[in-house]
Amino acid sequence: MGNIAIVLFDGLAFGMLLFVLSVGLSVTLGLMNFINLAHGAFGMLGGYVTVLAMRQFGFPFLLTLPAAFLAAALVSVVLERTLFRRLYRAGELNQVLFTIGLVFVATAVATYTFGTGQQPIILPDWLRGSVEIAGMRFGVYRFFLIVVALLIVALVHFGLERTRLGAQIRASVDNQRVAQGIGLDVERIFAVTFALGSGLAGLGGALAIEIVGLDPSFGFHFLVYVLIVVAVGGLGSVAGSFAGAALLGIGDVAGKYFLPEIGSFLIYLLLVGILLVRPMGLFGKR
Amino acid sequence: MLKKITAALALGLALGWAATASAQETLKVGVILPYSGPFADAANQLQAGIDLYMSQNGDEVAGRKIEIIRKDTGGPNADAAQRAAQELVVRDQVDIIAGFALTPEALGAAEIATEAGKMMVVMNAATSIVTERSPFIVRTSVTIPQLNYAFGKWAFEEGGVKQAYTLVADYGPGHDAEASFSKGFTEAGGEILGSDRTPVANPDFSAYVQRVRDANPEAVYIFVPGGAQPAAIGKALVDRGLAPPDVKILAQGELTHPEALESMGETARGIITTFHYTLERDDPLNNEYVAAYGEANNGRAPDLFSIGGYDGMHLIYETLKKTNGDAGGEALVEAAKGMAWDSPRGPVMIDPETRDIVQTVYIREVQEVDGKLQNAIIHSIPDVKDPLHGAN
Repeated sequence: MGNIAIVLFDGLAFGMLLFVLSVGLSVTLGLMNFINLAHGAFGMLGGYVTVLAMRQFGFPFLLTLPAAFLAAALVSVVLERTLFRRLYRAGELNQVLFTIGLVFVATAVATYTFGTGQQPIILPDWLRGSVEIAGMRFGVYRFFLIVVALLIVALVHFGLERTRLGAQIRASVDNQRVAQGIGLDVERIFAVTFALGSGLAGLGGALAIEIVGLDPSFGFHFLVYVLIVVAVGGLGSVAGSFAGAALLGIGDVAGKYFLPEIGSFLIYLLLVGILLVRPMGLFGKR
Repeated sequence: MLKKITAALALGLALGWAATASAQETLKVGVILPYSGPFADAANQLQAGIDLYMSQNGDEVAGRKIEIIRKDTGGPNADAAQRAAQELVVRDQVDIIAGFALTPEALGAAEIATEAGKMMVVMNAATSIVTERSPFIVRTSVTIPQLNYAFGKWAFEEGGVKQAYTLVADYGPGHDAEASFSKGFTEAGGEILGSDRTPVANPDFSAYVQRVRDANPEAVYIFVPGGAQPAAIGKALVDRGLAPPDVKILAQGELTHPEALESMGETARGIITTFHYTLERDDPLNNEYVAAYGEANNGRAPDLFSIGGYDGMHLIYETLKKTNGDAGGEALVEAAKGMAWDSPRGPVMIDPETRDIVQTVYIREVQEVDGKLQNAIIHSIPDVKDPLHGAN
């Protein structure tokens, strides 16, 4: 029994990491129909900002998290205004080619600036180690991940449901033409949403260093997981991303625990199964 | 008119002379490595080892200037390596091929080395079988069975471990490590409680580590490729309470390389690893090497790839000296057989029968030395050969 609890806990924590990394992509995909494969590169940027802030400027870890968010958001706004927006009306193939090219560029820039090696960070003591509850050991950092992810869910949910900007975003996702017709500045909403989504990816990248490490291939490495979460969850749905990420994380860890021979394979079976039954994803609308 | 002809003649002669001169003097070494892709860091470190040796020893040997030509394979790709070797031999007309961070690269190029009759210096690829694929292959790195067979024996006989669980990455080197550690360990009398294999690109180890904990072994043996995984698995183990002194963690040296140690921090204390190169080994040759390497690479520490490249260049230089600049494959391989030298890693020798490296295997434990956690050598096993060669 205890084993199942701990597997669920670990899976959930890993899933929450995936959620933070992918929720932005889900929203921008749903909102703008723009296939941004470079989403993981913003995560990588956030990771490097954290490493740099901790090493060069001696920031405490917690303070680097908003810095990672802001840096990724800012850079994404610049790129959105100068590059991405030119491709909003282009075909899907062009978008895919352009954004995957951007990942290569990001990888090269990271290699040039930071070298090819792993970039370790040293967490504060209170985030390390594990606590024992009812004879089971739970990683402190994994608790932290789950708490942060739940906070983000609450914030994003509140923001989308209760604020003016949230209403505008929802309106634009539901029907862009009508939203434009009643006088919403859809382009501005695009830009803001894009920045927020990329910022969350940056935050995810910063949080991921402790669990999976950081090197220039980060942008590629996580692309598959992020795309699975988005596909399973359904485009444009925060709740979907949350459910998809939790399912993926728990499915991955539980599969590896109970059936180690095929464990790494199980999430793909899960993906195929879910998409066969619900082609739009768990919470997909269109 | 006459002037023009004279000028043309002079030019032609000069060019012809220059061409023959350079053909005689320049010796081309083709280096095949995964310079891009997920193993770019390994290629970088290996290349840095090559560069360091050349900057210390000059680029001229036996009257010939050494020129390095790089070819990228992008990863563990046998076809790309074969193509690269072919291009190097046919188009660039190299005299020696070298590099090979990954086993598939070495296997891909082996046939070309045999056909072209060029010496092939394997500077990393650590699967036992590599040197058996061509009589022109010489290896200056290490083999996985070499490190782990002796380690398995040691774990039972002197480490006091009676039963263990193995957890290895699910690919060739991981299988080799699992097999050779288990063989050494069970032959000595130990018992393997269970073994699991993790995907090569595994981001999260919590599930596997929980399985190990369920089996409640005295020790867990781990093999993962370098990069992000060592720190990840190390932390996952400690989070589960699978840590020394309660449970011994045994592994190949990648697990406690400097970046992983930094990331694991205090949790790494007591991990026992087996390796052929130990950064902190206090030896004048090694200290000098580490200092020079750091100076040339922004303070970065050399690793197993660096020492493979460094010693690989040493072998190329020394064999050329022995043949007086004759770069024929047979002459060079003949010169390499039985060659012994003092490397920063310790004394090494090329086995005349298998053309593989014979060296000291170090068993290290993570300890605090001068306030810093590092791999302290607790036992050395001299002159270890690969136990698998000739076995099949």
